[in-house]
Amino acid sequence: MSDVAPKELRIVGFLCNWCSYGGADTAGVSRFRQPTDLRVIRVPCSGRVDPLFVVRALLTGADGVLVSGCHPRDCHYSDGNFYARRRLEMLKQLLPFVGIDERRFHYTWVSASEGQKWQQVVTNFTKQIHELGPLHEKKEKAV
Amino acid sequence: MRVGVFICHCGSNIAGTIDVAKVAAETRKIPGVAFATNYMYTCSEPGQKEITDAIAREHLDRIVVAACSPRMHENTFRKTIEKAGLNRYFLEMANIREHISWIGLDKELNTNKAIEEVAMAVSKAMQDKPLFSSSFKVNKRVVVIGGGVAGMQAALDCADGGLEVVMVEKSPAIGGMMARLDKTFPTIDCSICILGPKMVDVAQHDKIKLYAYSEIEEIKGYVGNYQIKIRKKAAYVDWTKCTGCGLCMEKCPTKNAYDYFNFGAAPTRAINIPFPQAIPKKAKIDPKYCRQFTKGKCGVCAKVCPTGAINYEQQDEIVTEDVGAIVVATGYGLLDQERLPEYGGGRYPDAITGIQYERILNASGPTSGHIIRPSDHEEPKTVVFVSCAGSRDKSVGVPYCSNFCCMYIAKQAILTKDHIPDSQSYVFYMDIRAPGKGYDEFTRRAQEEYGAKYIRGRVSRIYPKGKKMIVQGADTLLGTTVEVEADLVVLATAAIAADGAPQMAEKLHISYDTFGFYVESHPKLRPVETNTSGVFLAGACQGLKDIPASVTQGSAAAAKVLSLFSKDMLESDPAIAQVNNNACVGCLKCVKTCPFGAIVEDKLRDGRTVAKVIETVCAGCGVCTSTCPCGAIQLQHFTDNQLLAEVSTICQM
Repeated sequence: MSDVAPKELRIVGFLCNWCSYGGADTAGVSRFRQPTDLRVIRVPCSGRVDPLFVVRALLTGADGVLVSGCHPRDCHYSDGNFYARRRLEMLKQLLPFVGIDERRFHYTWVSASEGQKWQQVVTNFTKQIHELGPLHEKKEKAV
Repeated sequence: MRVGVFICHCGSNIAGTIDVAKVAAETRKIPGVAFATNYMYTCSEPGQKEITDAIAREHLDRIVVAACSPRMHENTFRKTIEKAGLNRYFLEMANIREHISWIGLDKELNTNKAIEEVAMAVSKAMQDKPLFSSSFKVNKRVVVIGGGVAGMQAALDCADGGLEVVMVEKSPAIGGMMARLDKTFPTIDCSICILGPKMVDVAQHDKIKLYAYSEIEEIKGYVGNYQIKIRKKAAYVDWTKCTGCGLCMEKCPTKNAYDYFNFGAAPTRAINIPFPQAIPKKAKIDPKYCRQFTKGKCGVCAKVCPTGAINYEQQDEIVTEDVGAIVVATGYGLLDQERLPEYGGGRYPDAITGIQYERILNASGPTSGHIIRPSDHEEPKTVVFVSCAGSRDKSVGVPYCSNFCCMYIAKQAILTKDHIPDSQSYVFYMDIRAPGKGYDEFTRRAQEEYGAKYIRGRVSRIYPKGKKMIVQGADTLLGTTVEVEADLVVLATAAIAADGAPQMAEKLHISYDTFGFYVESHPKLRPVETNTSGVFLAGACQGLKDIPASVTQGSAAAAKVLSLFSKDMLESDPAIAQVNNNACVGCLKCVKTCPFGAIVEDKLRDGRTVAKVIETVCAGCGVCTSTCPCGAIQLQHFTDNQLLAEVSTICQM
């Protein structure tokens, strides 16, 4: 439908509503410049992120997936991010078995006040994905 | 399905770096989108009317607003579409401001990103199901954590408003930092004289239940229905018997106990009442120093106590209080002098902290208000004040300004001159920050009327020489180095988050910043609320502030509690987990993972075991949904289908 700029890659971000989504908002309010490749999906908690979402995204077109939640012990839902950490760490180790470079998936913790950290996370992860290049053959676009 | 999409310009905030007309045009091509437009200010009244009109005119049944963060205006637009007859959960927002227009300058890339974010929101909106909230009863009691001036103000306002208040204070007496101060700026009122009556009000109010020397052990529940476990720490004195006569303190043979109330300005007894006006006026034993505990024998206090209140066997006690709201007023702490080695790191007895000097100035303090040097008990004639001792200093991890030091230094310089007319004060400062009412005049008075010499520059080193303390610094206005021979040095040590602030935040499920201060819901417009509904902030725990600001926030927090409790019933958020009994296999993994214990085992009539969600307890995190092996339990509004629809939209574009 729209022309994806050739220099952009497809990065999907799952952000928890309370910390990281707020952190991304803070980064915006503070006008911290970031690469534009990321597309954000808001979830209530990083514990809501089913590892299969990540796999689905990577298999169907994403070049990288980023999950970000509240810092451990600072979860709005007390320990949702602990579940996230276990599941996502397991997923990270399993990704090479399905033939996906585990560097294409990253999970991290950014609080609502850490606008600057969010800028760094996005910038670094985008850079990493660009170093790895596209995961999928570019689809022919129907005009 | 007929989706309507409204793209906001937000003045030039969005339209400046996103081609909004192109976004609208591209959005119209998405199957299911019946209407798409762009508007200058969608959140404005005419902007909202545009939505309600379009819903009626175009028969729209799902709405997407592409504008600012949903954390900002989601509620506004939910109300708008509800007014137009749609279910409030038929709204999705695409955040094209904070996440796009404000972080990138390339208009083409931004526009493209906005088109895709809108498409994602459309795909989610098409999966939106109507949700209806149910109402639940509110327990109209409030707990105030912290008995400083902010907490007391909040407690008194709530209690005067007719609410039952539970106040929990971790130290043996309420009053907080303000009770320690001698005078207050800029009026030089006696601090305890204005605070004392408030403390008495708290103690005597029939609606306030005070737990002193107690800490929060555990917090469970949700807005309207919290269960708070409070640990009443063992004072080794039966407070129901203690009359506060002070005989034990007089007779106690251990005279070198650390005095927390005086911040170590002088030692105290192992059994003590912190200060004469203490409320409650009860004694407590410090087992770290008490000979009965360290050596196993002494028992002097037990022998002299006229009411037999001493109980060395006393244990901590846990009590539970049910409340509907929480006011957090846990205050602040002070940077340890050890972190400032260039200023002696606490090794020199005559380089003391501002709060210690405050206690020395105070008539109820260790020197009965006579200014004397701790080392030789002589009257100091030259006193040097060092502002920003740690504050605005990245190297000690305190890059921020501690807010009130400039003012209290000016006050202490004035009081020094008052006590010792032939004394001379020097103040080393970086900037004088005196923006409050009457504040600048006050710092000028210190200089002009009381002759305090203000030197703009930092102190590089403090060291003893004979009986004097040598203060080496710079005068950046004259561009020279300065050396002052002082009798006493007062360091305005940086104010930091209270001890244990992060742990408390974790119990409350509220967020805190890198320094340990609690994060308010919105820095400008919701300065008292937290992101956890029913939890409010007051005083310096949210950010450093002086007494008037703390009192203001205490009252503000009370107003929030009172308005929350003005309703008998609260509406629950319907975006909670729901079990599809046909798909549930009864493995009950969700029961184990739920952080709130909101899921229980249930038996159906045909004998099958399934999971059941307790609606009022579920907080809507969705951990169960990603746990369930068969997708039977779904967090409403964030179902697998909804999130996967978003994933598919991005990945296939």
